[in-house]
Amino acid sequence: MINQIWTWLTDGANWSGDDGITHRLVQHLWYSGLSLLIAGVIALPLGTWIAHSGRASWLVTAANSLRAVPSLGLLFAASMLLSSKFTGDTDLPYLVPSIIVLTILAIPPLLAGAYSGVREVDPAARDAARGMGMTGGEVLRQVELPNALPLIFSGLRSATLQVIATATIAAYIGLGGLGAFLRDGIALNEYDAAAGASVLVAVLALAADLLLGVVQRLVVSPGLRTTRTRTRRNRRADATPAAAALGPTNARS
Amino acid sequence: MKRTLMALAAVVTLTVTGCGGGDDNPLQSGTGGGAGGGSASSGAGGGSAPAGAIKVGAADFPESQLLAQLYAGALKAKGVNASATDPIGAREAYLTALKDGSIQVMPEYTGSLLTYLDKSATAKDPDQVYAALKTKLPANQVVLDKSAAEDKNSMVVSKKTADKYQLKSIADLAKHQNDITVAAPPEFKGREQGLVGLKSAYGFTPKSFRPLKSSAVVQALKNGQADAANIFSTDPAIAENNFVVLDDPKKLFGSDNIVPLVAKANESQVSAALNAVQAKLTTQNLSEMLKQVTVDKKDPDKVAEDFLKQQGLA
Repeated sequence: MINQIWTWLTDGANWSGDDGITHRLVQHLWYSGLSLLIAGVIALPLGTWIAHSGRASWLVTAANSLRAVPSLGLLFAASMLLSSKFTGDTDLPYLVPSIIVLTILAIPPLLAGAYSGVREVDPAARDAARGMGMTGGEVLRQVELPNALPLIFSGLRSATLQVIATATIAAYIGLGGLGAFLRDGIALNEYDAAAGASVLVAVLALAADLLLGVVQRLVVSPGLRTTRTRTRRNRRADATPAAAALGPTNARS
Repeated sequence: MKRTLMALAAVVTLTVTGCGGGDDNPLQSGTGGGAGGGSASSGAGGGSAPAGAIKVGAADFPESQLLAQLYAGALKAKGVNASATDPIGAREAYLTALKDGSIQVMPEYTGSLLTYLDKSATAKDPDQVYAALKTKLPANQVVLDKSAAEDKNSMVVSKKTADKYQLKSIADLAKHQNDITVAAPPEFKGREQGLVGLKSAYGFTPKSFRPLKSSAVVQALKNGQADAANIFSTDPAIAENNFVVLDDPKKLFGSDNIVPLVAKANESQVSAALNAVQAKLTTQNLSEMLKQVTVDKKDPDKVAEDFLKQQGLA
């Protein structure tokens, strides 16, 4: 089996053309990237605002309950409701429901990351900033957000991992992406393609996580790394799943 | 207390036996699951039926139940003591029921039955399939006349597309292949009765292919995400949406005409009445009746009765 998967992955003919791995990979990244972008535009400002203002924190809990929604079921429901709204030779009736489902999947970890990141900024630092005469906006931009970055990144990495892994289901309502190999492979008993594509999805998700880890090391202030470990130990009890996803390797340099 | 329990058990058993199968069309897979065999003798057991009584079997999908009602209705109109059974199951189950005498008549499909009896069968033309089928039947079974009605894979286009390109057959569609997007279940891509065969028989390679689940295939054709689609020829969606079924002159999709499979001992008793029904059936009127059953939720026996009256058979 391993040999068959390897043969499938290394056969150049499988990489070219509209049905080729390269094109499917690009499609997969496009669905994932678009969903993460939309989710980020919604969740990051919202989470930051909730934590900064202390208002409407029930929204974070509500968003967390979205994690319980099964993506595949939601996809079929969305596709049934929306597909008749589009006419003409277009991918929209399949693209829109897929992006909605993946966006809903990405929002809870991003929101939780931004919210807990900003909320858990050391109150002493916040007070000191105010004492220096900073306005609310300045406190947010210059103190709270930089301090929140590690948790924001952990939310982003968790969301990215989930979205890339789950984007395979888009193929079940007629889109491409790496899930197309699973769909066609199972329908036509081409199990080498199905298994090979699963390997590719896993590799892609890990590679994206690695990349974000590198970006995180570059943008997070080095001064936060040591304090981070100390504060983490203190609030392990109420750690959100997003915070828990922050591995020890990221926390300590 | 014991008596109550027994009565309850009897009710439960009856209810369970009375429940038919789902909407899945087992023709697609050739050999369906063997479930449902247990209900083969529901109603009256094979041996206890009064002399001359005819039981018409039905498979566990709506079209078969409708055909069983048509046959039973036509027989009754000719004074034969006939009735349709509850859905029996897949081919394995109902052929056993026919063999052991629980049923005497069964609506069947020429191509599917032929490939079931002879895996190596290659006949494609309706007459060839029918002739080949006759030679493969068990000694105590016969088929009556085949009807023009067929339930098989087909290429379907919207009325608009058909008018725009003047389409009558798949060969016409092939001339416009660069403008045609095809929607079908994913396996259509790799099957001989699919894109592979369309290319070798008609030189047809569509502009693009949309792999979709069966209900989404109809939606895609309806909303214009596809210009042509692979749909079963009796699917009610065809009549409902004014889709046009394209002819298949190269017989890529073979032939699957509807044919009554009958126990030889009962042939003389039923052949006249059933052949009269066979002569009136077309793919289109069958599909319209099927729409009344699956979309309008009418009882199959009522739909069958209306049709028989309309055609002067009852």
